[in-house]
Amino acid sequence: MSRSMTGARMVIEALRDQGVDTVFGYPGGAVLPIYDEIFQQNDIKHILVRHEQGAVHMAEGYARSTGKPGVVLVTSGPGATNAVTGLTDALLDSIPLVVLSGQVPTFLIGTDGFQEADTVGITRPCTKHNWLVKETDDLAATIHKAFHVATSGRPGPVLVDIPKDVQFATGEYVGPKQIETPSYQPAKKGDLDAITRLVELMEKAERPIFYTGGGVINSGTGASQLLREIVEATGFPITSTLMGLGAYPASGGKWIGMLGMHGLYEANMAMHDCDLMIAVGARFDDRITGRVKDFSPDSIKAQIDIDSSSINKVIHVDLPIVGDVGHVLEDMLKVWKARGRKTNAEGVRKWWAQIEQWKAVKCLTYRNSEKTIKPQHALERLQALTAHRKDRYITTEVGQHQMWAAQFLHFEDPNRWMTSGGLGTMGYGLPASIGVQVAHPEALVVNVAGEASWLMNMQEMGTAVQFRAPVKQFILNNERLGMVRQWQQLLHGERYSQSWSESLPDFVKLAEAFGCKGRLVSDPADLDDAIQEMLEYDGPFILDVMVEKHENCFPMIPSGKPHNEMILGEASTEDAIVGAGGALV
Amino acid sequence: MAALKIEQGASSHSAYDLRDPNAQVIESHTLAVLVDNEAGVLARVIGLFSGRGFNIDSLTVAEVDHLGHRSRITIVTRGTPAVIEQIKAQLGRIIPVHEVHDLTVEGPSVERELGLFKVSGKGDKRVEALRIAEIFRANVVDSTLESFVFEMTGTPEKLDAFAELMRPLGLSDLARTGVAALARGI
Ligand SMILES: Cc1ncc(C[n+]2csc(CCOP(=O)(O)OP(=O)(O)O)c2C)c(N)n1
Ligand SMILES: [Mg+2]
Repeated sequence: MSRSMTGARMVIEALRDQGVDTVFGYPGGAVLPIYDEIFQQNDIKHILVRHEQGAVHMAEGYARSTGKPGVVLVTSGPGATNAVTGLTDALLDSIPLVVLSGQVPTFLIGTDGFQEADTVGITRPCTKHNWLVKETDDLAATIHKAFHVATSGRPGPVLVDIPKDVQFATGEYVGPKQIETPSYQPAKKGDLDAITRLVELMEKAERPIFYTGGGVINSGTGASQLLREIVEATGFPITSTLMGLGAYPASGGKWIGMLGMHGLYEANMAMHDCDLMIAVGARFDDRITGRVKDFSPDSIKAQIDIDSSSINKVIHVDLPIVGDVGHVLEDMLKVWKARGRKTNAEGVRKWWAQIEQWKAVKCLTYRNSEKTIKPQHALERLQALTAHRKDRYITTEVGQHQMWAAQFLHFEDPNRWMTSGGLGTMGYGLPASIGVQVAHPEALVVNVAGEASWLMNMQEMGTAVQFRAPVKQFILNNERLGMVRQWQQLLHGERYSQSWSESLPDFVKLAEAFGCKGRLVSDPADLDDAIQEMLEYDGPFILDVMVEKHENCFPMIPSGKPHNEMILGEASTEDAIVGAGGALV
Repeated sequence: MAALKIEQGASSHSAYDLRDPNAQVIESHTLAVLVDNEAGVLARVIGLFSGRGFNIDSLTVAEVDHLGHRSRITIVTRGTPAVIEQIKAQLGRIIPVHEVHDLTVEGPSVERELGLFKVSGKGDKRVEALRIAEIFRANVVDSTLESFVFEMTGTPEKLDAFAELMRPLGLSDLARTGVAALARGI
């Protein structure tokens, strides 16, 4: 059956065939035909944002909390350039997005036409792939390909640039089934010989560790299940990157916490001293490795990753396995069971004893106060008052508050934690929280924010109010660019160059101005009540938590230092050495 | 866990595991990249090299399969073994890239480049230029009373050598195609 229709209609048809229920976007001249089609249908909901960057972060929040691709629609020129930060963010965190941009008509391309930008040129390095569609007959197939590329292999953002005349013209629609991408065939299954070798190593290892990352989450909930099974069965300790939190539950017995620059002492020490490191969907980012030369010097390293370029990019890996995490873990579990479920029980027992000593350092210790709210305390209370909610989703902005959130909030399931890991984009959290809420209207969605980051995309509060997304903005307000201030204190001779904010808005009034509710809390005695009010309020809420201004985030591995040269805060290894029988070096 | 040390080359990940991954020697490699001949594909390849700080010593590209719209890009690049591996892996990620071959390690290959050399001069120098061109089996493709254009095909080293000899004899302009390469045998 041949189906003729306009390009604009094709866009809607293709989105419908791809199962899209929500589009985040902002109209403009070059996409008016598509907006006209949006007007004439009810299957796809359009969320009108306030800035295109917000649209892309919302789509990221939607994607990360559902496992489905996020879809964005923007106009040409400034619409497309405003999307660039979001695309880069999604590229670095491997988030599947399909961004559709309008473009000037084909006959104007190259003439510096009104609102013309070389969108495919600008977005080439910040997308997994992009397309300029010049014929209406190619449009449907290109959109279907775009979904396939965004969601398969290592996921990522893609962009389809659609000139206005292509939207007006009529062409033949093709469905998703007719699409082929011969040059793009990502491997799923890992090499069985390599998997068997890894199992052999696991059977003998004395100090093994699972080092997991966002790849486990991206591989789907099945991968997290398999990971849990394998960890429980082998009894090996497991740590995770910022991106992978929730794949293994924080309440699980083998969990030793997040690793990395602000990771837990026990996790970083275990990574440094292990003899077998099993990297699962994690890519040895520099925030993880510290000084590469001294990274886990005595371990054999195995790495499971769907992207072969992630292997041996930063750290030499002895045993690479290219494949989808879920598939590889499944095979690994089968092989390990078939070979008799062996581990080096004695070695692993001693290893755990060592890890317990590191844990005894209690690296997250901080000095609480009765006068001022400590940010860590605020997060502990948020955790305590929301832990019972299985449908709790957390997004964050970027800075100290983000690291504290990773340390003090506990995640029991995948897809519950949305944070800008790779790019570290201030302004991510508020729009991301709206995207999550749109996907899960009944859920509790909290954005843990710093006041400075929050201001970067605060206009999206209007979107939250318009679409009745009851997102909770939990602002840890230190009136500082706290993370910048911390580095200046520790590494730049306490010269606090431009790292504090003056003239901050009154967040309560701001909430009222947007048509939602706000509250300021500064007395620790009122904190629980304020959090409760935020949680119970039926609508978007801004809680301005005035916190200690000069608190630092510890532990910290200063960049360029190895894992075992961590700075601790209030916690001290000396007490722990006494406590743990003096065995700690 | 010394007993567990895996020998080098134990994995099937790549032929390169046989080499010392941490070696700091800089090697030159010739890569053949088969791509869909679609708009922007060369920009993707070049953008990868500039964006990630890799080197390009030479690059040639032309459609080699008109029906299938496939082009072959031949890239001569330099780097440590680890960098070369990373370049190949990154090239492999580009969506319209079908195949990446490292001709330098995949067995013997032939490499050829074409050069055009304009040599201007009179008298003895002109005679000497012609004599050397004969030794190098260069063809004269244009001539005036005061200039020749020589055409020569060969390895890049041969073209380098010829250019060096021609320089004192009046080499005034030079155009080179960059390397085209194929694996030997079937
Ligand atoms: C868009 C952007 N610009 C600059 C930075 C650098 N940066 C990282 S954290 C930070 C300060 C964040 O301040 P705030 O949001 O108040 O969080 P805090 O550290 O105080 O908790 C800055 C400026 C960034 N990550 N993103
Ligand atoms: Mg702050």
